[in-house]
Amino acid sequence: MSERFEPNILGLLCSWCAYTGADTAGVSRAQYPANIRIVRVMCSGRIDPIFVARAFEHGADGVLVAGCHPGDCHYVSGNHFAQDRFATFARILDFFGIDERRFRLDWVSGAEGARFATIVSEMTEELRALGPLKMKVS
Amino acid sequence: MQTQSYDTLVIGAGISGMQAALDLAEKGYRVLVVERQASIGGTMVKLDKTFPTNDCAICIAAPKMVELARHPNITLLTSARVEQVKGSVGNFEVTIWRQTTYVDPELCTGCGDCARACPVDVDDTFNGRLSQRKAIYLQFPQAVPAIYTIDYAHCTGCGACDRACGPRAISFLRRSRPLRVTAASVIVATGFELLEPTELRKEYGFGRFANVLTALQYERILSASGPSDGHITRPSDGKVPQRIAWIQCVGSRSEQGGYPYCSKICCMYATKEALITREHAPDTEATIFYMDLRAYGKDFQQYYERAAAHGVRYVRSRPAMVSENSDQSVTLTYADTLTGTMHHESFDMLVLSTAVVPSPDNRRLAQALDIAVDDHGFFVPRDPLREPLHATREGIFLAGGAQGPNDIPDSVAQACGAAGRAAIPLATRTRAKPPEPPAEREVSDEPTRTGVFVCSCGKNIGGFVDVAAVTEAAQTLPGVSFVESSTFACSEDAQRRIRAAIDANGLNRVVVAACSPITHGPVFQQTCAEVGLNAGLFEMANIRNQCSWVHSGAPGAATTKSIDLVRMAVARADQMRPLTAQMLPVHPDCLVIGGGVAGMNAALTLADMGINTYLVEREPILGGKLNTLATLAPGDVAASELREQMVHAVQQRPRIKLFLGTEVREISGHVGDFRVTLDEGIGGEINEVRVGTMIVATGFREANLHGRYGYGNEPRVITQLELERHLREGTLGQPRSVVMINCAGSLEAENPNCCRIGCGIAVKNLRRLREAAPTAKLSLLYHDLRVYGKGQEEHFTQMLREVEPLRVRYDTARPPTVAATQSGLEVTVYDTLLRDELTLEADLVVLTAALRGDSETSRLKQMLKVAANGQDFYNEAHAKIRPLDFNTEGIYLCGSDHYPRTIADTMAQAAGAASRAAIPLLRGEVSVEAIVAEVQPELCSGCGLCLDSCAYGAMSMDALQNLVLIEEVLCKGCGTCVAACPSGALQQRGFTDPQLLAMIETAWEGATNE
Ligand code: FES
Repeated sequence: MSERFEPNILGLLCSWCAYTGADTAGVSRAQYPANIRIVRVMCSGRIDPIFVARAFEHGADGVLVAGCHPGDCHYVSGNHFAQDRFATFARILDFFGIDERRFRLDWVSGAEGARFATIVSEMTEELRALGPLKMKVS
Repeated sequence: MQTQSYDTLVIGAGISGMQAALDLAEKGYRVLVVERQASIGGTMVKLDKTFPTNDCAICIAAPKMVELARHPNITLLTSARVEQVKGSVGNFEVTIWRQTTYVDPELCTGCGDCARACPVDVDDTFNGRLSQRKAIYLQFPQAVPAIYTIDYAHCTGCGACDRACGPRAISFLRRSRPLRVTAASVIVATGFELLEPTELRKEYGFGRFANVLTALQYERILSASGPSDGHITRPSDGKVPQRIAWIQCVGSRSEQGGYPYCSKICCMYATKEALITREHAPDTEATIFYMDLRAYGKDFQQYYERAAAHGVRYVRSRPAMVSENSDQSVTLTYADTLTGTMHHESFDMLVLSTAVVPSPDNRRLAQALDIAVDDHGFFVPRDPLREPLHATREGIFLAGGAQGPNDIPDSVAQACGAAGRAAIPLATRTRAKPPEPPAEREVSDEPTRTGVFVCSCGKNIGGFVDVAAVTEAAQTLPGVSFVESSTFACSEDAQRRIRAAIDANGLNRVVVAACSPITHGPVFQQTCAEVGLNAGLFEMANIRNQCSWVHSGAPGAATTKSIDLVRMAVARADQMRPLTAQMLPVHPDCLVIGGGVAGMNAALTLADMGINTYLVEREPILGGKLNTLATLAPGDVAASELREQMVHAVQQRPRIKLFLGTEVREISGHVGDFRVTLDEGIGGEINEVRVGTMIVATGFREANLHGRYGYGNEPRVITQLELERHLREGTLGQPRSVVMINCAGSLEAENPNCCRIGCGIAVKNLRRLREAAPTAKLSLLYHDLRVYGKGQEEHFTQMLREVEPLRVRYDTARPPTVAATQSGLEVTVYDTLLRDELTLEADLVVLTAALRGDSETSRLKQMLKVAANGQDFYNEAHAKIRPLDFNTEGIYLCGSDHYPRTIADTMAQAAGAASRAAIPLLRGEVSVEAIVAEVQPELCSGCGLCLDSCAYGAMSMDALQNLVLIEEVLCKGCGTCVAACPSGALQQRGFTDPQLLAMIETAWEGATNE
């Protein structure tokens, strides 16, 4: 039997909601697969698509960008910009031979520890099925 | 003996005392804190988590403890008690007894060698006697001060500790001694205790049956640093219980069997304990036996519903007795009050939600302070309605559990309020200047020398992550020149070691691998700052919340991930540069929005603290709801009377400038310098005021019930506020039959909230109705009777005796209906106790309508750049420990715009918000965000794509130079503009591209997808 593929996931999380949600997942001992590595930024609006591209180059099989729910951004509208930016970005992933499902943009509030755990579990499952990322262009 | 003088004496250092002391010290007043126990922290630090956010209690309390211990304006005396207070406000002469602990605090390093040597085992009271400690001990790992104490009652005097102590800190010759100080004001925050039901309520078997515990003991069982390391096991045999039950109101709400009041916090903490139990061990059955479910606070009802959805079983019942079975499980006999049947049920473990009772020391302290306690032993305010924080002696104030059951946010709000009131006698005193920031070491030319400190967090991290392996791996990382692990990195001892390591090794970057930077980042940054290392050179790897806690089933993977997170943090550290927080002067005035009880009391407190205050009210007169209400509880004070008194007081204060009939039009600026446009409307003036801070006190409104319960169609269907108006104006007539319907529009799908004050209003108004219409038939339709806390329950019982209303319990899932008949109104309700439908004739129906925040909230919140929930109630910065602050600096809230509350609570909150708002004003300076955006002019192409992304108007275009400019004080540091810049000309300090990319590129060592 071959060993199960364990994908690498990079999480780019805003400090006020998604990162706090990940903290809450911890406090409530919600269990999820250990595949994600988290980078904290102050707001999802800070996240440059280049970060995502660079993650794919450096070993990530999937990337999660998460911020506050629409309307709840601590800085009023940063997540709105993130949404716009990544809607365009997701479409060009395909061009680089990256399956769109390897990228996920989602919203997690500070209280939603269980939701954070679910998102990571779902992504891990999906990426396990997709297998390792092989990029067309290097 | 030399007499030290202080501005304020704070007695007790639980969450209330700590908050009060910090609020005063931050204003520049010198505070003496006296705590009876060996460590500060109080009851909160014994809790596992806090409702309804499920925050880890010690994680949010510990940073406050550290802050208090470090504050230059606070002197802390532990193991001490206040013996006598002579003199009067402005000059109290205080005698304090310092109990010797036989350990020299200057010499003790907290290493614990003494405890390891001590041969005596003692029941550990911190752990509810579920485990043992030594006769020389530290109360708990994060204790502040981190100094060992000899428990003299159990010490055999063998001297083993003395021999084991390296620094020779132990001396049996150290004597207890008195100390004399003076203080201008005093705050009493001595907390509460939970009843141990060995005598009272002994039918539940506590003390006789091994597996019957109090809820506080159960908190320790849940706690990862508790007696069973957070594993839920039975005390009798260490087995994992399958079925756990909670019994509510043990000793509370009972004239014969205990205390008549409702203990206010038990429904929610039992719900929390049951919910966490189910989350830890999903197979455990959790059952709560309750009388009324008092989920009365903000988001409490949703929390309860979440627990029910998670499988916590709630049984409305009266438990009668408990017996023990041969396997040490227990059988509970109870009457189900919904079905009216008796049951026997067995449980592996039973948790008793026991009454909140006064500290046994209260009566002695009351004598020493010459202030009054009530029959139970709680301190009483001199005027429970108007001055709920003022003890019966001038200059002495009360906060938190010392005056009755209180949850954490109410305790914090009262503590802030007491600090605000206690600052009034200090108004003319000189204040200490804000401390100079410690001198910083210049490190920019040095090669990176990173220190990595790995925390085991007791078993929290160490139980799942191989800390030794993480420590070892860290040693091999580039730039790392020092690595050390510790049991609790946040403990005083560990902090001391970090400082020493920075000094000894010339470290210029520090990475702490422990918990969350959100809760603990500031603590460690301060530690670094104390030895001259800039806050920007510190980074955390969150291996607890992101590894050990969430991958406890996969310790290998959790360790690998921890090593990865440390590598990422170290890579980022290499790229970090010092951050400088700019200091700005503060405009010394305050603006209060809303002229009701909350706004007026906030303005009065501010003015008396010596602060010029603008008070803005939309209506042409002051008073808010006081202009509508008839009487106020407690004490049946006429609302008009209170209004007159408060308005008069406001008019007497030259420091208060009133703007009536005035709306807030525009707000710009930031903490220290807000510019607010005030519009007096047609024919009036438009004024701009400049203030340093603002308080929002805009109150509540009744939800619109039009079209429901006949409201709007039938003139004889009215709301409580309309009833108040009738009672006040005497226009009620002589109704013969009144039906009051509680929870109209609450506890339902669209609005799941409990309005908190509706039951209390119903109780008050039924009594008023009885007076106004002595022969009328009065009926009360209710779902739960949430007359929470001290006072309300007693008023309720008294009302039942006096008014004798017909009581009908209905379920909000099946609300009553109101129909018009020829003779009047007809209310149909399904009585869940009789299990039958009833029809009541009425000529007046009073709806206790759901409550919402003010109708202007959506407009105001945008101007203030703050958030509010779906019911138009503003969101505070933190539900537990920052109830009066907004997330936006320099803006505070109080009263019912946060959530509906009683007048007394509103008074306390308003004084508290005034205290909070006064801090920047009295300090005279604020630091602005350090992690702001900056432009590299040579890279900026002047395209302007970033301008739109700024929500704060901090960016502008210099058309001449074709360059973007950033006004740093307006920048809030989100970094959205940075990601919008196509030419890489913008960077966010502290979150630069190189820093973030360093993490991204090292997340998986050596891995590429190329
Ligand atoms: S702060 Fe969370 S998305 Fe902006």
